Amino acid sequence: MKRTFLFGLAGFTALALLGWGVDAGLQYLGRTSSPDAPVTPAPPPAPTAHITATLFYGSRDGLLLQPVRVEVPLAEGAVAQGRQIVGALLQAPPAPYVPVIPAGTTLKAFYLSSSGDAFVDLSAEVSTKHPGGTHAELLTVYAVVNTITTNLQGVQRVQLLVDGHEADSVAGHVDVRRPLERDLAYVRQEPPPAMPAVK
Amino acid sequence: MRALTATAILLVLLLTSLPLAQSPAPIGVVSPAGRRTLSAAVVNDQDYVALDDVAAFVPLTVREDRQGNVTIAVRGKMIVAQRDRALVSVDGRVVALPAPLTRMGGRWLAPVDFLPRALALVAESRIEYRRTSRLLLIGAVQVPRVTTRVEPAGAATRVTIEIAPATGVMTITEAEKVMVRLDADGLDIAQVTGSSPMVTQVRPEGTSTITVGLAPSAGDVRASTTNADNVARVVIEITPPAQAPESSAAPPAPAAPALVPSKGGVQTVVIDAGHGGDDAGVRGAGGTLEKQVALDVARRLKTVLESRMGVRVVLTRDDDRVVSADERTATANNAKGDLFVSLHMSASSSAAMTGAAVYFMRLDREGEETRREAGAQSSALPVLGGGTRVIETIRWDLAQARHVDDSGRLANLLAAALEGHVPMTPQPVQAAPLRVLAGLNMPAVLFEMGYLTNAEQEKRAAADDGRTALVQALFDAVNRFALANK
Repeated sequence: MKRTFLFGLAGFTALALLGWGVDAGLQYLGRTSSPDAPVTPAPPPAPTAHITATLFYGSRDGLLLQPVRVEVPLAEGAVAQGRQIVGALLQAPPAPYVPVIPAGTTLKAFYLSSSGDAFVDLSAEVSTKHPGGTHAELLTVYAVVNTITTNLQGVQRVQLLVDGHEADSVAGHVDVRRPLERDLAYVRQEPPPAMPAVK
Repeated sequence: MRALTATAILLVLLLTSLPLAQSPAPIGVVSPAGRRTLSAAVVNDQDYVALDDVAAFVPLTVREDRQGNVTIAVRGKMIVAQRDRALVSVDGRVVALPAPLTRMGGRWLAPVDFLPRALALVAESRIEYRRTSRLLLIGAVQVPRVTTRVEPAGAATRVTIEIAPATGVMTITEAEKVMVRLDADGLDIAQVTGSSPMVTQVRPEGTSTITVGLAPSAGDVRASTTNADNVARVVIEITPPAQAPESSAAPPAPAAPALVPSKGGVQTVVIDAGHGGDDAGVRGAGGTLEKQVALDVARRLKTVLESRMGVRVVLTRDDDRVVSADERTATANNAKGDLFVSLHMSASSSAAMTGAAVYFMRLDREGEETRREAGAQSSALPVLGGGTRVIETIRWDLAQARHVDDSGRLANLLAAALEGHVPMTPQPVQAAPLRVLAGLNMPAVLFEMGYLTNAEQEKRAAADDGRTALVQALFDAVNRFALANK
């Protein structure tokens, strides 16, 4: 009989403690969801820094290169920044500009020499998908050369590589065996319009 | 007296027992060493040559044994001839001759046929005897047969020269003659048939040139060359001066520019048909390929330049094959070209883009330095016979550096000649670092003839008259450049 009483007392005590706990929890939840309570805002994503780069796209008539100011992500160091800029250049140009680098061309490697030459290794598509012709090839080559030498301080010349190798030319005409200097002969000299940022 | 009579009888008998020899015209011998003659004798109606004369062309030794048989040793192999028998054993093989070998004046003579029939078997060298023209060909020589016909063609006169097998042909027109130069070691010329008051003579000149003499009554002259069935055919149309230059008998193509009396300072023109083989270049929407247009224009231009200016024209490719930039450069430099024109078609992402453009080499800093130093860097090299010769040196891959001024001039001349004949781009002359021009040791341009990505220009590039207009303009430019460099 005495044992039965002791079991009953223990069960009552446990139920009482459970009821108190539930009540305290509900009260706490009710307090935090109250509209009058102060709200702690979630931390926002870190803002992406950009630089304004001048990229050289084909002019709308396809005759020359057109410098266009574009926002590209800021990167740590000249090499990383160069990769970002070339990466942006390889994307399809915004209207009304026309592409001068074949679609599907990717950047395989980018590095700088101690003498200030940039080495840009483009995938094979730059050759295999090129439409051909001296003028079109000049626009392709100098879109890359002018973009890099304009935006990366200290870079005077650009050596193009194709698919990891030194090449005679990109599409059979322009001599890319040696590093090339900036050449504005193929550039339409107009003030470059600002364009939206490249994501 | 009796003794004297007997001696006379013996002498007569001895003389009548000897073969009767006559001296015909010598035999012409063409070998890689050049053209020479070989004395011949006619014995019993057969042409004979002395074996020790033949030894000057084919090294051989002659030995006679006691029985009067002759052994001829050539390169360790033996030819054995028996006295009075028209048979010889050539390294074990029996070969029949038209007549036996004979001894005369202390020398052994053999019928001419002995040379191709017997000697050729052991000489390890081609020996061919052309009886009609009395020519003996020894070794790897090219001696085409040339037949010439002179015939009337309306009021004009047509001279047709057929060359078989076909060789390279260059036609040079001068005031009083037309010279047809063949890429050959000698000529096998048949009798000229026909005649005309406007043609004074047709005769060989030197080893490989045929000269057609023009009378004062001859007027305009046009020459064209075609190849078919391994026969090259040169047709020279001569019109009287009073007649209109566009004779009805004249061939419709190639282009008919004004006759140029002189080739000026340009002797050799190198024409480079862009791309080729797997590398088709630009493809037009209508299926026209850059490599095909370039090759066809190159061939037409070659014909026109050779026939109108009399210059030597070298093509970097004359068929559909891949040719590297270095091979093109080497061909041009080895040919010692005075002028280089590379032919291409353009492409653009914009179908509206049209026009032709002429490019010449733009030097970078290295190129400019090379150009400045080109005159300063020279070496004195020893020459055969003693003494030295000063040779200017330049980097092989920047050989164009010393010619950029002339190349620019040529580009401007070409653009000016094209004006009015061919639509041009807004910048018809441009300087650019072009791969095929960099190593050329001569004035050089790259001519983009139009845009295959433009429907109208593709149509024109595929059409005969479009290509003729291009050839005409190119001819004018080369001609002006040649005269300016006279």
